[in-house]
Amino acid sequence: LEQPNLTFIKEIVGDDEAFEKSLLYIIKKEFPEEVKLFTKNFSQKKFKEASSNVHKLKHKISLLALKEGFDLASDFENELKKGNTALHYDFLEILNKIHLYLLL
Amino acid sequence: MLCIIIDDDATARLIIKQHCLNSKIINVLEEFSSAIDAIKYLNSHSVDLVYLDIHMPNFSGFDFIQTLKNPPKIILTTSDRNFALEAFEYKSVVDYLLKPISKERFEISLEKLETILAVNKPVKKHEKLSDYIYVNVDKRLVKIDIPSIYLIEAKGDYINIKTIEKNYIVHSTLKKIEDKLPSNLFFKVHRSFIINFSEIIDIEDNSVLIRQLVVPISRSNKSELMKRLNFL
Repeated sequence: LEQPNLTFIKEIVGDDEAFEKSLLYIIKKEFPEEVKLFTKNFSQKKFKEASSNVHKLKHKISLLALKEGFDLASDFENELKKGNTALHYDFLEILNKIHLYLLL
Repeated sequence: MLCIIIDDDATARLIIKQHCLNSKIINVLEEFSSAIDAIKYLNSHSVDLVYLDIHMPNFSGFDFIQTLKNPPKIILTTSDRNFALEAFEYKSVVDYLLKPISKERFEISLEKLETILAVNKPVKKHEKLSDYIYVNVDKRLVKIDIPSIYLIEAKGDYINIKTIEKNYIVHSTLKKIEDKLPSNLFFKVHRSFIINFSEIIDIEDNSVLIRQLVVPISRSNKSELMKRLNFL
């Protein structure tokens, strides 16, 4: 089962430690805010808005090298536009994995 | 080249900004999380290039392009492959980058951009250009015979103009000198090198031999170079 990791971020930043630090700082700052917004819109059944929130979260999922997670998020984003919430729990699992990883 | 970045995601903006910084040829003037703010900025500022996210709340990247009368060159950035076809329906769009953007892909994009700009540049067919160029060397204006230049190399904020007689280190850019040179005689083979066609000895793979110097050719500039050569 895939786990979040820094492989892709390291590829992007190369040897630039300051860049890596800034990138991780923004991810740690923005991720909880984006999840909060998604949860709010989803619980209010504003699925179009929630789909946009998933779209934005996809970039961070992808940065943390979760390829399968990214594919699932893309499917969820498209299904949400149609009001289909079947992938919700799978998506929450991805968010939870990232949340735990960022706590470390 | 002056650019702005438009993306509602701060991580995406940071990555593009850092890649631009490393490129040394793109200066980021501003970054915006909203396309509407960027439009306001463009009403009073001119830029050569926009890195534009497609998917933004309220006002998408495509809305942005349609709003501008004379849009600059645009490189679209997105997490989706689905918009690629639509993206290239806009004349100003020169590339389509999938996020997160790797260094390698960003560099390829810059090479593409340079080729497009070179191809779109009008060929100075009938324009009578001077046979000489004056450059500032150690507070002296020095006259250089243009045909004697065989290679110009970019070195940070300076360019090294190599002529048959001597070399001149001048505080300038390749772009500035390129505009002063006859395009039928000179060609930018790489973001750091302009060569004199008449001085080519041979071309092998991705390099060209100019006198005794091996000069790299960008992948994206090679086809244009081959088109301009008179070969069997």
